[in-house]
Amino acid sequence: MIELAPIALLGGLFGLDVVCFPQMMFSRPLVAATVAGAFAGNTATGMFVGVAMELIALATLPFGASRYPEWGSAAVVGGAVAAALEPGKPGALTLGVLAGLATAWAGGLSLVQLRIWVAWLARRRRPALDAGSRGAVLSLQLAGLTGDLVRAAAVSALSYAMLFPVARAAQGVWTLSDSVSRSFVVSVAAAVAGTVAWTIFHSTRGARWYFAAGLLIAVLGLLVR
Amino acid sequence: MTAVLDAGMAPHPRLSPMTWVRIFSRMLAIQGSWNYETLIGNGIAFCVEPALRQLPGGIKAREFKEALTREGAYFNAHPYLAAVAVGALARVELSGVPPDRIERFRTALCGPLGSVGDRLVWAGWLPLCSLIALLIFGLGGGASVVLGVFLVLYNAGHLALRVWGLHVGWTRGLNVASALANPVLRQGPAYVARAAAFAAGIAVPFTAARLLGHHVALLGVVLGSAALGAAALVRLHGRVEGYKLALVLIALFALVSVAR
Repeated sequence: MIELAPIALLGGLFGLDVVCFPQMMFSRPLVAATVAGAFAGNTATGMFVGVAMELIALATLPFGASRYPEWGSAAVVGGAVAAALEPGKPGALTLGVLAGLATAWAGGLSLVQLRIWVAWLARRRRPALDAGSRGAVLSLQLAGLTGDLVRAAAVSALSYAMLFPVARAAQGVWTLSDSVSRSFVVSVAAAVAGTVAWTIFHSTRGARWYFAAGLLIAVLGLLVR
Repeated sequence: MTAVLDAGMAPHPRLSPMTWVRIFSRMLAIQGSWNYETLIGNGIAFCVEPALRQLPGGIKAREFKEALTREGAYFNAHPYLAAVAVGALARVELSGVPPDRIERFRTALCGPLGSVGDRLVWAGWLPLCSLIALLIFGLGGGASVVLGVFLVLYNAGHLALRVWGLHVGWTRGLNVASALANPVLRQGPAYVARAAAFAAGIAVPFTAARLLGHHVALLGVVLGSAALGAAALVRLHGRVEGYKLALVLIALFALVSVAR
């Protein structure tokens, strides 16, 4: 359980980046899972989990007040779980992505609760805010930032503590081959990423032809390889 | 136009470099107190506050407190393009524009800064940078290259947008609406979307191929299944979120593998 401290720290920092500070996209699965994998001693596995989750995360558009999964702490958990499993055995990528997606869902719910809590804090400070109190403005901002850091750290630590033992046990009795396991996860991730292309086609004239041109280049490139 | 400009801009206030540093660094935390009631309202007050200290009488004065109260009210904008509002609101507050006019101006800024930013950044620049990084991964790039390219490319656009927003808001004040007609904001989303579509076409197959590793012979089956899955998801559009469906499918797959 000593590994929970760095996971909570990483998850807290990457979770904070999703909305509150500094939104520089360290929290993208591609980045967060790779860094978590490196911390857990297997950068490559962390990156593979991050890439699969990134394909899925492409479909998430964090518009305004919409509710969305929280990818920062999720990717830390996904990358760390996969990197800490036995590397030579099948199932690591599948179980890492699964742990990441479950955490993304829980993290999204916790983000909603945080926003409700911040609104409650703002209502409590309303008289001071309405009186133009500088201290009230600064303390509300600081409380929100601190709350988000604690939320993301807690989500990461709890998810890892609960999911890693389950993932390790599941890998021990994993029956499907590595090829089938990988193919399934990649198919699902690529399917979700494919919906992004549709969203772009829907909103931008001619985009489908650009997609088709890119696809043609990719097919030719893969055939040549 | 000149009358509006004069009413909104005179006298011309100045801010010290340290004040600009404070405002800019606070903008990185503008969503720190995001909530379902005032959205980024408190964040706007938090960012404008270093500039408001220059109002006559400083932080103890009635003018400062009234301005801070105004700026802390409900506000909605894309967090990066909120820089336009922060710059413009700092300018009009320090220029002595009447409070009722500032409130109307503030309300008018909300909608456009949200929709333009969402289209340009969340639906355009972010997916494009992500797909370029995925393509580099698919072509065999190592972790440092993939992450480095993604973070540098994305944040070059991100930070430039914040700096531009702050500058244009401050220099134009009440006339900042004309800045939103900037070609980058008007036509940029369409160009970025086409580039993202092109990148998606190349990146997804290469990424899938590398993820499959030495099982790459299955790539055709994987891409065919992905195309069918994407079509099914599109038909379910709005009724199910992609990541939730992925969670359920992968969980069922894991159960099958464990229970066999």
